[in-house]
Amino acid sequence: MKQTAIGGNKRKAANILATAGLIIIFLAYMFPFLMVVINSLKQKRDIIKSPFSWLYTIKGLSFDNFVKAFTQMDFMNAFKNSLIVTVSATLLVTLFAAMLAYYIVRHNNRISKITFALMVASMIIPFQAIMIPLVSIYGGTLNMLNHRITLIFMHTGFSMAMSVFMFHGFIKGSVPIALEEAAYIDGCTRGQTFFKIVFPLLKPIISTMVILNALAFWNDFLLPSLVLTDKKLLTLPLSTYSFYGTYSADYGTIMAGLLLCVIPILILYIILQKQIISGVVAGAVK
Amino acid sequence: MRNKNRGKDFCMFALPGMFCFFAVVMIPFIYGVYLTLTDWNGVAKVKNFIGFKNFAGVLRDGQFWTSLGLTFKYVILVVLLVNVIAFLLAYLLTRGMKGQNFFRAGFFTPNLIGGIVLGYIWQFVFSRVFVNVGEATGWNLFGVSWLSDPTKAFLALVMVSVWQLSGYMILIYVAGFMGLSEDVMEAASIDGASGWRKMRSIVMPLMMSSVTICLFLTLSRAFMVYDVNLSLTAGAPYGTTEMAAMHVYEKAFTSRQFGLGQAEALILFLIVACISGIQVYLTKKKEVEA
Repeated sequence: MKQTAIGGNKRKAANILATAGLIIIFLAYMFPFLMVVINSLKQKRDIIKSPFSWLYTIKGLSFDNFVKAFTQMDFMNAFKNSLIVTVSATLLVTLFAAMLAYYIVRHNNRISKITFALMVASMIIPFQAIMIPLVSIYGGTLNMLNHRITLIFMHTGFSMAMSVFMFHGFIKGSVPIALEEAAYIDGCTRGQTFFKIVFPLLKPIISTMVILNALAFWNDFLLPSLVLTDKKLLTLPLSTYSFYGTYSADYGTIMAGLLLCVIPILILYIILQKQIISGVVAGAVK
Repeated sequence: MRNKNRGKDFCMFALPGMFCFFAVVMIPFIYGVYLTLTDWNGVAKVKNFIGFKNFAGVLRDGQFWTSLGLTFKYVILVVLLVNVIAFLLAYLLTRGMKGQNFFRAGFFTPNLIGGIVLGYIWQFVFSRVFVNVGEATGWNLFGVSWLSDPTKAFLALVMVSVWQLSGYMILIYVAGFMGLSEDVMEAASIDGASGWRKMRSIVMPLMMSSVTICLFLTLSRAFMVYDVNLSLTAGAPYGTTEMAAMHVYEKAFTSRQFGLGQAEALILFLIVACISGIQVYLTKKKEVEA
């Protein structure tokens, strides 16, 4: 009895210590974001003098930086481009990958086996090992660069292997074939069976894949930078890059611009926090 | 009945996905192998077949090997630090304290934001905020911007990568810790195992499957680092922080030596594939089931 009491006290002390340590580490992790928020409202002179607080500013605080960043980055246009690319590529890859995975699971023929094996093997190829021939094929021979649709198509292709792999595992494990047979007997065509019976059953894995793919598409820099150069088509990471190149000495405006990029994702994260976290974990563990 | 529909099924279900995959991944990959055997410069209509000269060129490209050596150093530091930090934080975050979900979500935030934006945020922190601390306190450590010194710029890159990746790995380790069965832990306590003993003999072996995943993810991500490298240091000062992936990019798209760049990209890919393969084999062997 006595021993547990001592253990309890010790444990309590250890817990308090651990919590304190954790809070300190957490604050250190958040420090860069805090700096961005604070300095986005200040003018350059005040930032150089002291980046730490809102106090003692000569020029005071204002939203001028945001207005400037918003117009200089052509924020709405870049945001729209990112949104179009992310949404279309996510929809396409979800649909195509689910159908292909379904075909592979239900048709055990040679094409299925070879395709699936190639896809699993291709998952270890890093993007950098493909980007050079990719540019030379689509840029040189086909002359298809600088179109949004090309980027969407490439995003779809690159995330296909991983998505098919995840859908394959899910369909194999938890979509009963008896259900489909019942649908055939009731007179459903192949297409109807898939869209009315199978697809709705895939909901959990669809939400995981939508989150993983959409995050990757939204934040991707290297592929869009190779495909798009036309100013009107730039996605958010690309326009941030060119904006930074022009204004890198204008700290206040830069901080406001960076914050503008972060805010949409943060809002989404606050709303969908649980789904995003469980989606990311499910995606990694499989 | 099914046989009759075979072709139609294939066209409807398999073809769109297969087309995207083959057109974007497989064909460029194979074409890339062919490119390494040519002297293409990215513009010329003719590609001359030059055999294995590009691979000889890779051997002579001293900068490639320097950047590869630097990448190895970077990968070792990042992989070790990320996993140790994430493991410890995940351990703290599964002891049932208040607000642990909030902390987990907070630590993950950097992973939601693209590497370009993160790099710029940290560039500001290193070149303005830390320098300001140096001026105010007189600490030499922060006297001049870390990004203007080769060693410190490299460390800055390691720091930012660790900061970013550890939040992700925390989530995976947390999932691992939550999966540990209470019964096993209790049985160990009853058998008189101390905290450290429990950690070493029970927790670690059972956590090996999470370790396999985390090592694999950190290895492959660290080897291919590009975004943060570009926005934080862009290789500066004087190309001393240029990682292998960035070097490949420069070779192909700036110096316009596509064949040579692709040969280096393939070598990099083979190195990463071998190391990841060995790592998964080794850690998988240590996995046990409760």
